[in-house]
Amino acid sequence: MEILMSVVIGILFTIATYLVLSKSLLRIIVGTGLLSHAAHLLILTMGGLKQGAVPILSENAKSYVDPLPQALILTAIVISFGVTSFFLVLAYRSYQELGTDNMDQLRGNKSYE
Amino acid sequence: MSMLHWSILLPFIAAFCIPFTGKIARKIHTGWFVLAIPVAIFIYLCTLLPKIKEHATLLESVSWIPSLDISFDAYVDGLGLLFAMLITGIGALVTLYSIFYMNKEKENLVNFYVFLLLFMGAMLGVVLSDNLIVLYTFWEFTSLSSFLLIGYWNNRKASRYGAQKSLLITFLGGLSMLGGFIALYVMGDTFSIRELISMAPELIQHPLFYFSMVLVLLGAFTKSAQFPFHIWLPDAMEAPTPVSAYLHSATMVKAGIYLVARLSPIFALSAEWVWVVGLVGIITLFWGSFNAIRQHDLKGILAFSTISQLGMIMSMLGMGAAALHYTGDSSKVYMAATAAAIFHLINHATFKGSLFMVVGIIDHETGTRDIRKLGGLMTFMPITFTIAAIGSFSMAGLPPFNGFLSKEMFFKSTLTMANADFLSLETWGILFPVIAWVASVFTFVYCMILFFKTFTGKAKLEQLPKKPHEAPIGMLISPIILVSLVIIWGLFPNMLAETIIEPAVAAIQPVLYAADPYHVHISMWHGLQPELWMTIGVVALGFILYKTYPNWTGIYKWMPTRYTLNNGYNKSLSWLDIGSNKLTRGYMNGNIRDYLIYIFGFTFIILLYMMWRLDAFTLNTTSVTPIGIYEVILAVILVTASIMILFAKSRLTSIILLGTVGYTVSLLFVLFRAPDLALTQFVIETVSTSLFLLCFYHLPKYKPKEKRVRFKVTNLIIALGVGVTMTLLALSSHSTKLFSSISEYYKQVTYKEAGGENMVNVILVDFRGLDTMFEITVLAIAAIGIYTMIKLRLERKGGAE
Repeated sequence: MEILMSVVIGILFTIATYLVLSKSLLRIIVGTGLLSHAAHLLILTMGGLKQGAVPILSENAKSYVDPLPQALILTAIVISFGVTSFFLVLAYRSYQELGTDNMDQLRGNKSYE
Repeated sequence: MSMLHWSILLPFIAAFCIPFTGKIARKIHTGWFVLAIPVAIFIYLCTLLPKIKEHATLLESVSWIPSLDISFDAYVDGLGLLFAMLITGIGALVTLYSIFYMNKEKENLVNFYVFLLLFMGAMLGVVLSDNLIVLYTFWEFTSLSSFLLIGYWNNRKASRYGAQKSLLITFLGGLSMLGGFIALYVMGDTFSIRELISMAPELIQHPLFYFSMVLVLLGAFTKSAQFPFHIWLPDAMEAPTPVSAYLHSATMVKAGIYLVARLSPIFALSAEWVWVVGLVGIITLFWGSFNAIRQHDLKGILAFSTISQLGMIMSMLGMGAAALHYTGDSSKVYMAATAAAIFHLINHATFKGSLFMVVGIIDHETGTRDIRKLGGLMTFMPITFTIAAIGSFSMAGLPPFNGFLSKEMFFKSTLTMANADFLSLETWGILFPVIAWVASVFTFVYCMILFFKTFTGKAKLEQLPKKPHEAPIGMLISPIILVSLVIIWGLFPNMLAETIIEPAVAAIQPVLYAADPYHVHISMWHGLQPELWMTIGVVALGFILYKTYPNWTGIYKWMPTRYTLNNGYNKSLSWLDIGSNKLTRGYMNGNIRDYLIYIFGFTFIILLYMMWRLDAFTLNTTSVTPIGIYEVILAVILVTASIMILFAKSRLTSIILLGTVGYTVSLLFVLFRAPDLALTQFVIETVSTSLFLLCFYHLPKYKPKEKRVRFKVTNLIIALGVGVTMTLLALSSHSTKLFSSISEYYKQVTYKEAGGENMVNVILVDFRGLDTMFEITVLAIAAIGIYTMIKLRLERKGGAE
C-alpha cells in the first residue's frame, strides 16, 4: 500500500510542480492546492499505513493507527487553507489593480536599466 | 601605557581635538596647533637615540585582545626608530610648509589636518608595532587616510579617480598581506614579529612558508608602488602638494620598504626572496626612471622618480638579503647593500621632500606645473632655484650631495651581485649592474630636465597664469632645512653611520650582526673603484642624452597606447562592472518562473545526487501493508483527476477537478482511519472550492494555451524530476525506520493523563497545544490580511506608477 501511495504522491508532486511553473496565476494557485494535498498524503504515508483501529480509545481494539501524523496533518490542513485563501484574495486584488494574471507581465525589475 | 604608546596615540587624540581649535582661536591658522605634535614626538624619539646607538631595544606591551594573542606591543629598534624619526621629522616640516601653502580662507583646514594627523599616527603605529595584527590595523589606517588626503579636493574628478585607484590597489595588497600574516601565525603560533624572527630557521621548513611570503610581498609591493602596482602613485599626485611630499615620497610609500626590511630576517633565508625582491626592485627602478622623462607635469616627473627610487631601495634590500647565504667576509659585502638601502632611504626622504616642496612653491607662485610653460625662473626665484639645484643634483647622484654616496653604494652592491655564485645568479647576476646603470642614466636625464627646463632658458611670462615671484619665507624654511641635510649628510655621512644606520642594519640582519658586527663607513672618495667609473659614465651619457633629448623622445611614441598598465586597470574595472552586471541580470531576470526552476531544479538535483552518493535509496517490502481494492480505486480517481487539471480548458473545470482531488483525499483519510482529518478535509475543501469560485469569477479567462514546446519540455523535466525525487524519498524513508514511533506513549496515557479518548484531539489541544495556538494565530492573521487587502485601498495620487 505504501508503495502505491508513494507513486501517487510522486504523480501529484509532478503535476503540482508543472502547474506552479506555468504562466497563469490561476494555474499556480491550483498547483499549490495540489502540492499541499500531496504533502499531507506524504506525511500520512510516512507514518505507516498500518492496519489498526481508529485512534479513539475503545474496549475492543487491540492496536491503533499512529495518531501523531494525523495531528500534524490537521494542523497543516488548517494552515494551508489560511495561506491559500490569502493567496487567492491577493491574486484577485492584484488582477484588479494590475489588470493581468500573466506571470510574464508581473515582473519586478523592468524599470531598472 | 608607556610614553611610546602615548606617542603613537597622540596624533589620533590630536585629530579628535583639532576641530575644536578653530572655534577657540579663529585668527590662528590651524596648522600651528598641529605643528606641536610631530615636534614633540620627534624630540621624544631623539631621547631614545643614545639607547639605540648602543643596540638596546625598547619593548612596551599593552594588552588588547589577549584571547586572540593580540596585544598592542610597541617596539623600538634601529629600523623602527629611523622610520619614526623620518615620519615625525618630515611630518613637522611638511606641517610647517602647509601652514603657508594652504590658504586659511579658501580651504577646509580642519579636514586636512585631521586626515594628516590620522595618517601620522597610523604610520607611527605601523613602524613601532611588534604585533602583526596591530601592524595590519595601522597599515589599513594609512591606506584610508591616504585615500582621504588624495581625494581632499573632492569636487575634482581626477582627485576622486586617483583616490579610488590608490584605495583599490593598496587595499588589495593590504588584504593579501593580512592573509600572509595569518599564515605566519599558523606557522609560528604567534603574532609577535620578534618571536617569529627567533624561530625563522624552523619556519622555512613549513609548507605555508612560500605562500605567506608571496602574500606579504604583494602587500609590500602595492604599498611601495613597485612594478606593476606603481600605477596608483602618479594619479595620487592630485593631492595637495604637502600631502604628496609627505605621503607619496617620504613616508607611506616606504611602508612597503619597511615591511620588507622588517620581515627580512624571516623570509631572507629563502633564495627566492633575494630574487623576487631584487628583481622587482630593479625593474621598478628602470621603468620608473624611463617613464619619468616623458612627463610634462612636474609632480608627474617626481611621482615616477619616486617609483624608481623606491625600486632602487627595494632592490638593495633584496641584494642585502643575499648576505644570509654566505658566511664570514663574503657576507659582509652583501650586508653593505642593506646599509646602502638604509642610507638611500634617508637621502631620498630629504631630497624628494624638498623637491616636492619646490614644485609646490612653483605651482603656488606661477599657477602652473606644466614643464612646457615654465622656464627661466632662476632670476625670479633665486632661493627656490638653489634648493631645486641641490635636490635634483643629489637625486641625479652627483657629488658632493648625499645622493652621490648612496648611488655609489648601490652600484657597488649591483657589481657584487654580478659576481654572486648561487641560484644561477652567476649567469643572470650581470643583469643587475646593467639595468641599474641604464636606469641611472635615465635618472640623470630626468633630473636635468626637471631642473633646467624649469629654471633656465627664457621665461615665458605670457604663458603663466600669475606673475612669478619668490615664495614667502615660511614656505622656504622646510625645504631649506631638508637641503641643508642633503649637503651635511653628503659631506659628513658618517655622523649617520653609527647612530642610525648600524642599528637599522642590525635590526634587518640580526643573526649576522650578532655574530660579527658590521661597521658602516661611508666616504666621499674611496679610490678609483669600478662604481666611480660607472658614475662618470652615467654623467657623460646622461649629459649627451639630455642635450639631444628632443631628438630621441620619439621612442616614447613607439610604446603602445592601448596596452598600458593604466589601460589594463581601467579596462579590468569596467569589465568587472559590466561583467557582474550582466551576470546578475542574466539570472536575476525578474521572472518568478525562472527562479522557481532554479529552486526546484537545485532541490531535486542535490537530493538525487546525495541519495546516489550516500547510497541512501533502499526498498524494504517486508513491512508493507496489503493493498485494498478501495484504496486502488481512490488512487486511480486521484491520479486521473489531477492529470485532467493539466488539460482543463476552462477555469471552472480546473476548480471542480481540484475539488474532486480534495474530496478523494478526504475519502482516503476515511480509509486510512483518520476520521478527524476526513472531517476537516471535507469542510475545508468545500469552503475553499467556494472561495475559488468566488474569486475566479473576477479573474480573467484562461489564456490561450502555451504554444512553446521548449517551455513545456522544461517544465515537464523539472516537474518529473521533483515527482521522481519525492517518490524515491517516500519509498526509502518508509523502508528505513531507525527507531519506533513515540506514539505508543500517547496511546497509553491519553486517558490516564489527559482524560480524553480521542487521541488526535488530545494531542492537538493537550500534548501539543502550542502548535494549535499558533495555527489559530495563522488563521487570524490570514483573516485580518484578507480583510485589509479588500478594505484598504490607498488611492494612487499623481500617477506615480
